[in-house]
Amino acid sequence: MNRIHTLFNTKKERVLSIYFTAGFPNLEDTVPIMEAIEAGGADIIEIGVPYSDPVADGPTIQDSNQIALQNGMSMNKLFEQLVGFRAKVHLPVVLMGYLNPIMQYGMEAFCKKCKEVGVDGLILPDLPMQEYLDEYKALFDSYGLVNTFLISPQTSEKRIREIDGNTDGFIYMVSSHSITGAKSGISEEQINYFERVREMNLKNPRLIGFGISNSETFTTASNYSNGAIIGSAFIKVLKNSENLKEDVQSYIQSVIN
Amino acid sequence: MIGVDERGYYGSFGGAFIPEMLHPNVEELKENYEAIMASPEFQAEFRGLLKDYVGRPTPLYFASRLSEKYGAKVYLKREDLCHTGAHKVNNTIGQIILAKKLGKKRIIAETGAGQHGVATATVCALMGMECTVYMGELDIQRQRPNVERMRILGAQVIPATSGSKTLKDATNEAMRAWINNPVDTHYIIGSVVGPHPYPEMVARFQSVISEEIKWQLKEKEGRENPDLVIACVGGGSNAAGAFFHYYNTPEVRLIAAEAGGLGVESGKTAATTAKGTPGILHGSKTILMQTEDGQVVEPHSISAGLDYPGIGPVHAHLFEVGRAEFVAVEDEDAMKSGIELSRLEGIIPAIESAHALYALNMIEYKKDDVIVINLSGRGDKDLETYIKWGGY
Ligand SMILES: Cc1ncc(COP(=O)(O)O)c(C=O)c1O
Repeated sequence: MNRIHTLFNTKKERVLSIYFTAGFPNLEDTVPIMEAIEAGGADIIEIGVPYSDPVADGPTIQDSNQIALQNGMSMNKLFEQLVGFRAKVHLPVVLMGYLNPIMQYGMEAFCKKCKEVGVDGLILPDLPMQEYLDEYKALFDSYGLVNTFLISPQTSEKRIREIDGNTDGFIYMVSSHSITGAKSGISEEQINYFERVREMNLKNPRLIGFGISNSETFTTASNYSNGAIIGSAFIKVLKNSENLKEDVQSYIQSVIN
Repeated sequence: MIGVDERGYYGSFGGAFIPEMLHPNVEELKENYEAIMASPEFQAEFRGLLKDYVGRPTPLYFASRLSEKYGAKVYLKREDLCHTGAHKVNNTIGQIILAKKLGKKRIIAETGAGQHGVATATVCALMGMECTVYMGELDIQRQRPNVERMRILGAQVIPATSGSKTLKDATNEAMRAWINNPVDTHYIIGSVVGPHPYPEMVARFQSVISEEIKWQLKEKEGRENPDLVIACVGGGSNAAGAFFHYYNTPEVRLIAAEAGGLGVESGKTAATTAKGTPGILHGSKTILMQTEDGQVVEPHSISAGLDYPGIGPVHAHLFEVGRAEFVAVEDEDAMKSGIELSRLEGIIPAIESAHALYALNMIEYKKDDVIVINLSGRGDKDLETYIKWGGY
């Protein structure tokens, strides 16, 4: 069974997913960071595949992408690093990346590698749903990869239902009209949107991401969903860290406790 | 047949590869643009402004001394005489009327050389709409006069500081700004790039160029179809406009002049079809310059307006099926053609347009062929570059 399904079968509340960019802050940090995330007590690991033009991302993740590329990160390099990681890391792992680098690697070769190394799911923000259904769904399914879609406050109820019908992992709720980047607090308007989606009784679990940064925002988001995703705030922790292992663990502890 | 299909593709290029956060905006445009553009009120306002404000029709000028030199009948389509100095305004007039009809209150745009930014700031002033233009930090330094023009017109110019700090990054920033302001804001893209329906919409606004060429040439030559149409391609909007009504007339040769930069093999080029491969850039599947690993490569051209790592999907399709001939014109040659036109015809062209002019030296044609060159803009904005280059 796919580790994402196993997770949500047993844990329905306060699921914490942590995003980081592969190759940041240093090229060889990928697997050590994953181990630290697991040791810290998070539930899902999202590995960002760096890209030169990440249009859905704010300055913090843009910078981490650029530094990772300068460090020499590439799709080949990432898969090399991931060989054998399953001996050390047991959490569900999702790759998040823009379509172009994956297309150049070859969609099928990419899926095959994901399966070989032990990746469970994908988040491809610029892959539209229809394109996925027409071109890629059968392929992802055949390699046991769960595809995750984003929704935002602007997404219509009809489209949310379509998205819910076309995935069986989780739904990534973008918390506001925005690109990634930690902001302070969660507004009344955002709460209304969280409630509206909660009332829809979707079949998939929902994780709220963008702007989640600490224990308070994690708890608020979790009150209206199955949990949350932290990206930019975690990247900042990595950026300022002297001791990755310790800092990652204590940050995650501070969020979940 | 060359044209867009209902999925937003030209052959295998096009589509709308956008984050879900932009889906409602792009869908709203897709659902409405054709009906709005076809409505009599829209047409009346659009045509009225093109005539009285932009100064259309622009002349189709028989360049006799240039013709003599090249041994063909060379006509220049004088888009350089448009208000604001380039063809860009044809599109911004169309899009701002569309934005008003969609009830939008704010406009955002990206710009490279600043021509599209100026054309956007201009129509925003005309319509009393708030205008924010994203421009690469490097381009802001390179194109100071256009930055100040935008500011005089009341626009806010925001530097794009990410990546290479040029047009591609300004486009990323504009897309991010649109994600952050999805409800009241319209994004006026400046070329035939971006997610469907932008490439088609922009091409239709620019298609007034070939619409005019047809009747103007009929008056002058007794026929609507030239033997060749030549245009420069950055993103490809002036070329799309000049080619539009000839796409499906195979006897008219279409010549697209890309920026060769310091040479196609120099690593400092913007010759997308020569050095590019299929991929996704700014929301559409097209041909772009990228590494083997799918990272977008920074282009180089002496002309900021051609300094873009991709081309519009329609041009990728024209290239793929061989409907258009692509040439790569190097910096040095474009500059020489700019001076040549200045001396032969008393017209200082934009350096972008000078690339189209130089193509006359790179292609074969018959004596007395009728050739229309789209003179997309005037050289005022490029004075600094001409002076620095100095070869005159
Ligand atoms: C005069 C002129 N010509 C051409 C271009 C290139 O754009 P496109 O290829 O969309 O016509 C520009 C862009 O700034 C321009 O200013």
